Amino acid sequence: MSSTVFVQLLDLAVGSTLLCAFAILWRRDLVAIVRALSVQGIALGIVAGLIGIYHHESELVAVAAFVLILKGAVLPGVLLRIIGAGDETREVHPRVNVPASLLTAAALTLLAYATSQSVVALDPSAETRAIPIGLATALIGVFVLANRHKAVTQVIGFVVLDNGISLVAFLATTGVPLVVELGVALDVLAAVLILQVLTARMRAKFGVTDLDQLRELHD
Amino acid sequence: MHLLVALIPLLPLGAAVAVGVAGWRTTTAWAGPLASVAVIGAGALLGADVLEHGALAALGSVLRADSLSAFMVIVIGTVSLIANTYGVSYITGELDRDETTAAAARSYGVLAQVFVAAMLVVVLADNLGVLWVAIEATTVATVLLVGHRRTRASLEASWKYVVIGSVGVGLALLGTVLVYFASRHVNAGNHDALNWSYLVTIAPHLNPGVMRLAIGLIVLGFGTKAGLAPMHSWLPDTYSQAPAPVAALMAGVLSSTAAYALLRYKVIADGALGRNYTRGLLLAGALLSLLVAASLLLAQRDYKRLLAYSSIEHMGLIALGIAIGTPLALTAVLLHILGHGIAKCVLFCTSGEISRSTGTTKIDEVAGLLTLRPLQGTLFGVGLIALAGFPPFAMFASELGIARSGVSDRLGWAVAVALVLVLVTFIAIAGHALKMLLGEPSGVIDADPSGSTTWAVPLVGGLVALAVLGLTMWPIERLIDAAAKVVTR
Repeated sequence: MSSTVFVQLLDLAVGSTLLCAFAILWRRDLVAIVRALSVQGIALGIVAGLIGIYHHESELVAVAAFVLILKGAVLPGVLLRIIGAGDETREVHPRVNVPASLLTAAALTLLAYATSQSVVALDPSAETRAIPIGLATALIGVFVLANRHKAVTQVIGFVVLDNGISLVAFLATTGVPLVVELGVALDVLAAVLILQVLTARMRAKFGVTDLDQLRELHD
Repeated sequence: MHLLVALIPLLPLGAAVAVGVAGWRTTTAWAGPLASVAVIGAGALLGADVLEHGALAALGSVLRADSLSAFMVIVIGTVSLIANTYGVSYITGELDRDETTAAAARSYGVLAQVFVAAMLVVVLADNLGVLWVAIEATTVATVLLVGHRRTRASLEASWKYVVIGSVGVGLALLGTVLVYFASRHVNAGNHDALNWSYLVTIAPHLNPGVMRLAIGLIVLGFGTKAGLAPMHSWLPDTYSQAPAPVAALMAGVLSSTAAYALLRYKVIADGALGRNYTRGLLLAGALLSLLVAASLLLAQRDYKRLLAYSSIEHMGLIALGIAIGTPLALTAVLLHILGHGIAKCVLFCTSGEISRSTGTTKIDEVAGLLTLRPLQGTLFGVGLIALAGFPPFAMFASELGIARSGVSDRLGWAVAVALVLVLVTFIAIAGHALKMLLGEPSGVIDADPSGSTTWAVPLVGGLVALAVLGLTMWPIERLIDAAAKVVTR
């Protein structure tokens, strides 16, 4: 793969992860949101695969395949099951409305560029220059988490945050050591499965999964 | 000896397997306490060995044990011994009264031990990525334990805990990745680029701009897990809803395990950025935590939440000691980690017993506890006295040590602010405790009908150990001194 092709493909894949994060903020239909999340997971896997192929790191290509399956298929599958178990298919009213959310996300992207200047300056390669995008994705994930009421959309925010962090990891370091990468992936999988269990219990106890119903604990 | 390092986390895992396979029985229930005893023994052996021969690496330098690791292994072993032993009578009692199912008891037995194992991996990891994975694993293991009782409130607490905890720890992962990035830039070919022992040696060459961002994220992330303000909001809910032995483990050692991660990172950060950067972050977290604890303790009405806010206060003190960072301060911090761990563990276990026998966690409703439930009242009172830092208990020495070292290191102003806030929390806690223990009985509860006292054995043992530690640091003095030197530059 020539370096121009590599850079173009890399930018395309990295750009789509950010685009998916915006789509998750924009859409209200839960199934569409999960689809965007799945595309984001696939784009993430492609980023890892591209870097692995370009730098001839077979270990990273294996990790990329693993990420592609986990983030592109397994996690979205779990989320679709959570949605399918309930009868709510729309996020009715986020705390901040959609246009304002998109503006906030744009501001967060700028913030990501501002804070990661020192990182880009240290080693200005094609990969490093894309790190702010990963950081922006992570920040938008936190914003989704804070902005949504439903249990399932909070889980989605958590996965977006994790995708952003993984993106930074791939771009900054051509992947953290294998043992760490696997541990991280297992932890995330376990966290999402636990969130699924909690959502099911919540539905059994409260009937709905609107987190605004949870207000028993306070000082 | 190298094998021992890798073996230590397997001890509680073995107990987890025993309960997982055979279920919660009279015999397998004791696997947990037994594993804790083995962990303490292994920690002592390890401590003696590293004092003699220096640090040990294991598993291709993924794990590494120095005197600080050995000390933390002993802390985890000691606190988990108290919590696990109390846990046996707690869960057996729940089963006898049909308050829980055999399946829930089994999952308690498994998850509690996996939780302890994950904490042991944290303190034995050399690879900071593995350290992160183990800290996140503690969240995964504990969240279902928090929801053990399956009430609405415990469900709400577990949701808050897993979401806030995972986001916080996620930020720490971002920080870890950036540290790796900085390290690879110094020497791209090194396979140990994420190992603490290697990073300490190259710290002065790490890029300051990247490290500032990384350390900021790490302090925020592991600070969340330690329960430092402003990311503490999950803590009172979680500690008050978790089953008592789980709350005892979380308050007693999980928070200090996260503080341990901060201690390790501070050495690297100080090498790369100078002392003032991390010191500033930790001081802000410490003083803010003390402020939050003081203001929310004044009007507290729930004795479990009272203990939780006191944990935020003590994590603030520990962060203050880490911020000061002199050998004297760090010796005091380590002693405080041990002393607070034991005292808080005993208090949470006692509070579990009080709430079981009275059915309420309101301070007003359990007034007159000392006459109505003499044993519970005495344990709670003595535990609070130990926590407040009165002699002969160990925290007298540790709090004094933190204050003295701060004054002598030109942080007198911070120590002064901290002392005022500690005084406020002391007055608040003392006021609530007096009402609770000596106040006029509210009529909501009557005298204790049940005569069983076996549950109190581990708790009395813990308080005795705390007093012995305060009078003579003999068993661990050398280890604490050596451990403090590991993280001083």
